[in-house]
Amino acid sequence: MEEIRVLDIGEITKNIKEMCIEANYFLSEDMKNVFQKAREKEQSPIGKQILNQLDENLRIAEKDNIPICQDTGMAVVFITVGQDVHLTGGNLTDAVNEGVRQGYQEGFLRKSVVADPIYRENTKDNTPAIIYYDITDGNSVEITVAPKGFGSENMSRIFMLKPADGIDGVKEAVLTAVKDAGPNACPPMVVGVGIGGTFEKCAFLAKKALTRSLDKKAEKPYIQDLEQELLEKINQLGIGPGGLGGTQTAFAVNIETYPTHIAGLPVAVNICCHVNRHITRKL
Amino acid sequence: MDRNINVPISDNDAKILRAGDYVYLTGTIYTARDAAHKRMAETLEKKEELPIQLNHNIIYYMGPSPAREGRPIGSAGPTTSSRMDKYTPDLLDLGLKGMIGKGKRSKEVQEAIIRNHAVYFAAVGGAGALLSKKILSSEVIAYDDLGTEAIRKLEVKDFPVIVVIDSEGNNLYETAIKQYQD
Repeated sequence: MEEIRVLDIGEITKNIKEMCIEANYFLSEDMKNVFQKAREKEQSPIGKQILNQLDENLRIAEKDNIPICQDTGMAVVFITVGQDVHLTGGNLTDAVNEGVRQGYQEGFLRKSVVADPIYRENTKDNTPAIIYYDITDGNSVEITVAPKGFGSENMSRIFMLKPADGIDGVKEAVLTAVKDAGPNACPPMVVGVGIGGTFEKCAFLAKKALTRSLDKKAEKPYIQDLEQELLEKINQLGIGPGGLGGTQTAFAVNIETYPTHIAGLPVAVNICCHVNRHITRKL
Repeated sequence: MDRNINVPISDNDAKILRAGDYVYLTGTIYTARDAAHKRMAETLEKKEELPIQLNHNIIYYMGPSPAREGRPIGSAGPTTSSRMDKYTPDLLDLGLKGMIGKGKRSKEVQEAIIRNHAVYFAAVGGAGALLSKKILSSEVIAYDDLGTEAIRKLEVKDFPVIVVIDSEGNNLYETAIKQYQD
C-alpha cells in the first residue's frame, strides 16, 4: 500500500476547466497525425479539398482560440481515483461539474445541454457532465475529458447479436452503422466499438474506445487484425470526407472487448466525427 | 464548377446551380436550427407572421459558440439537416429558396426542393473556426431566449458551400459515393 495522499478538490476543478478549453481548441497529436496521412492518401479531388479546409480550420482554431467545431459537445469525463487518495474540500461530482461550468464559460464554448430530454430547457452552463468513476491502486488521480459532439453521437448504434453471429456479425454491424451514418457524422470519422459485456457495458466500451490514442494498438492480436480489416472495408464504402465521395471515410477503428454471457454478443458502435477530442492528465 | 452567388438568391441562380458546384455566397442569410424551427412551425399553425421573410432567402442550420470580444461570432459550422426535415417542405412552399447544413435530407424535402426550384447546400461539417471567418456580422433578430438556437441575421462574404441537391433533384451524396465504392 502506498502512503495516503491528500488532494484538494480544487485541483480537480482547475484541471477539468483547463482540459475542457484545451480539448476544444487543440486536436491531440494522434489525431493530427492521422489527418495528415488521410490528406496524402485521399483520391477524390473534392475530398482532398475538404481535408485541406479542415486542416486550415485546425490552424485557425489554434491561432485564434476559436473552438474547432461550434458543437463543443457534452463533457464526458472519466476519472480513475487511486484508493490511497483522500480528496478534501468538497464533493467530487460537484468539483467536476464546477470545472465544466468554468471551462465552458471562460473558454467561450457553446452551452449545449438541456435539463430535461422532453422539456429541453438549456442549463446555460453545459452541466451536468457525463461522469464515469473507477477505482484503482495507488495514490494518483487520472482524468480524461472527451467533449462529445452530437452529429456523430446521433448516428451511433447498439446491436444485441446472437453468439452464432460471431465475428462476421460484428463486422456487419459496424459496417451497417457507418454506412447509415454517411455524411451526417462528419467523416472522416473515428469508429469506437465495444464488444461483449452487457447492454450498457458495451456502449461504455465503445465510448472508452474513442479515447484510446490512435497510435496505441489493441491488446489482443485478433482485435488488432479486426480493427485493420474494418478500417479497410469502411474506406471502401466510398463515403469520403464530408460524405461527398472519397477513399478516406474513417481515420481509425478502435475496439474494446469484455467478457460476456453465454447467451449474448452485444456490439456497440460509437461514431465520432473528425474532431475526436480527448485529453488525459494524471494528478 | 466554382461560382460566386449573391444571397438572397435569385430564381435564376437557384435554378442554374448543379449538384457538385462549389459556391461562394455573399450577402445576407439567416440561422435557425431545431428549437427555432419548432417555434416557426407553431407560429404558422396559429396563422401568425414569421419573424423572417422567407422569399428568396436561405436558412443556415447553425448554432454558434459565443463570440469573443471584437469578433462577430464564435465557431460557426453547420449542424445535421435531417432534424429539420419535418419542417422544411412547408417553409420551401412559403418561398424559402435554400438551406445550408450537412447530411442527408428526406424524400419529402427533396421533392419540395424540386417543386420550388430551390437548392440544398452543404457546408463542411466541423470547420466552424474557418467558416466563422467568412461571417462579417451577426445579429439576433428573433427568439433571443433560445440562446445559441436563436434566429440570427448573418452578413457573409465568400461563404464556401457545395450544392448537394439541385433544383432538378440531382443528389451529390448519392452520385459521388458511387465513384469511390470498391
